This record gives sequence, structure tokens and C-alpha cells, in this order.
Amino acid sequence: MTLLLQILLAFGTLSLLAIGGANAVLPEMHRLVVEVHGWMDDATFSQLFALAQAAPGPNILAASVMGWHIAGPAGMAMATIGMLLPAAILAYGMQGLTHRLRGNTWLKPAQFGLVPLAVGLIAGSGVIMAQAAGTNLLSFVIIGVSTVFVWRTKYSPLWVLAGGGALGLLLL
Amino acid sequence: MPPSNRELFLTYLQIGLTSFGGVNAWARHMLVEKRGWLTEQEYAETLGIGQVLPGPNALNTAIGVGVRFGGAMGALACALGLFAGPMALLAGIAALYDAYGQLPLVRATLTGIAAAAAGMVLGTAIKMGVKLKPTLPLLAVGVAALALALLRAPLPFVVLGLAPFGLAAAWWAFRQGGGRP
Repeated sequence: MTLLLQILLAFGTLSLLAIGGANAVLPEMHRLVVEVHGWMDDATFSQLFALAQAAPGPNILAASVMGWHIAGPAGMAMATIGMLLPAAILAYGMQGLTHRLRGNTWLKPAQFGLVPLAVGLIAGSGVIMAQAAGTNLLSFVIIGVSTVFVWRTKYSPLWVLAGGGALGLLLL
Repeated sequence: MPPSNRELFLTYLQIGLTSFGGVNAWARHMLVEKRGWLTEQEYAETLGIGQVLPGPNALNTAIGVGVRFGGAMGALACALGLFAGPMALLAGIAALYDAYGQLPLVRATLTGIAAAAAGMVLGTAIKMGVKLKPTLPLLAVGVAALALALLRAPLPFVVLGLAPFGLAAAWWAFRQGGGRP
């Protein structure tokens, strides 16, 4: 019971902070899940996140997969509810207000001002993920190639995930 | 003829299950081009509001679309539709991971995928940063966020501490640029 409550609270605090999607809360998710609570190690964290990226749907569902790993189906339910419910209630409550303000002049600067914050956090996620995933020379090569591929081309990132998985077999 | 809650649910179920690599592009394609429920402009506005509100923006946008057509029940239909399919799939994936994640073959593949995902996140950050062409104050906010993330500063403090500076920097950039950053 206490474990489930801890999961609910940990992911609940992330919910309202997810500006710009799952990637921006990844450093905090890592801090809570690996460092504060010790629910999993670095390698497991990065693998579960990668699985959620490879699957369809909102990336924020990385939280659900981690919840399952910590405490099974109930853990998944708690992590998902924690991650989604606070934000959903707020978004619903704000609809009347935002409907009136739609197209208002403050919206663009507000959107624009949060983007650099989100980009900085996403960059932080990338570095933390690379620290967790970079265990040998081959993985650093995969990280480098994948970075350049996603940055410089317009192909779906799924190709790099598939390519990374195939190259990973060289580790056998 | 506005869509019924059932149609909203089924459409978002489809969006959830097809949206590899980010929901927004798929949602736009479905809602604007295939169903024609929203104009390009209406979708952009709903998405914009979803991005400004705290919380996962795919969820916020789905709630915005749901409320517009079906009130509270519409919001519930869209949100449930968006998450039901991927959740079921990920439950299966998570169970398989727990059962077979330690097999050498699976471990090696997952190590490779995790490295690729790290690069994917890094590449996304670089792409977004370059496209943004930030003014100096906006760049400073981004760098501060990166530094604080790496120092493992708790996220609530990072967001609450830096958001005012980001908003001020953006407001300043808009003033300088006469409405365009």
C-alpha cells in the first residue's frame, strides 16, 4: 500500500511540470525513480524509457511502464493516474478561460517563453540518458550516430531505434 | 454536425495507436485532414493552449478538443481514447520485459535501443534549439534549464524559477520584433 502511494505521489508531482512532453520531465523522473527511491538502476531506466519511445502513443506513458516494473499492474495504474489526473483536471478547469482568451496576444509570447525552458530540459534528458546508456564504445557510437541522424534528417526516429537495436546485437 | 462522444473516443483511439514518435502530428492529420472537425487554425490554437497549460500537451490538447465538441464527457472520451490503446500495448511490453528482459539477446538489443533513444533525445534538443534561433536572454534560460537538470535540481524549483524569466525574455523579444520573435 505504501509503495503504491509513493508511486502515485512521485508521478503526481511530475504531472503539472511536464511542459513540452515526457522528455522534459525525464531528468526529474530519473532523479525520483533511480536516485531518491532506488526503484530501478540506470540501465533499466533507460531501457524502459526506450521501450515507451518505440511504442505508439504519448511519450508520457514511459511513466506507466516504469510503474509496472516497480509494482506490476497496480503500479502501472498508480503511475498513470498520478501522471495524468492533476494535469487533466487543470486542463479541464481552464477550458472556459482559455476559450475566451483563444487567439489573444499573450498566447504567443507565453508559448514562446516556455520553449527554451523545455529545450534545455530535453537536452538535460539527453545527457542523462546518454550517461545511463553509454556503457561501452559501441553504445557511444550508437548515441552519436543517432543524435546526428535525428538532428540532420527528416526520417522517422523509429529508424534509429530499430537500427540501434540491430547494432546492439553486436554486443552478444 | 459535431462528432458524438463515441466518434471522439474512436478517433482518439486510432490516434493513440498510430502515433509513433509523438502525438501532435498524427492528431492534426486526423482531426483536420481526415475528419475535418477542426480547421488548421482551430487545431493550432487548441494545441497552443495545450502547450501553455502545465501537464502533458497531448493530453491537454485532447481535453481541449473533447470539451469543444462534447463538454466534460467529450473530454473524458478523448482522453480515454488517446491512452487506452497504448496503455494496453505497453502493459504487454512491460510484462514481456519483466519476463525476458534479462536474456542476453534481449538485453543486447535493448541496450542498443536505449543508446539510440538517448541520441534521439539529444538530436531532438539540438534540432529544436537550432530552429528556435533564440535571442540571448532566451538562450540563457535554456542553458540554465540544462545546467539545473544536470545538477539534479528538483524540477518544481527549476520550472517555477525559470518560467518567469522565459516569459519576460519572450515578451521582450516580441516587443523588439514587433510581434515576431
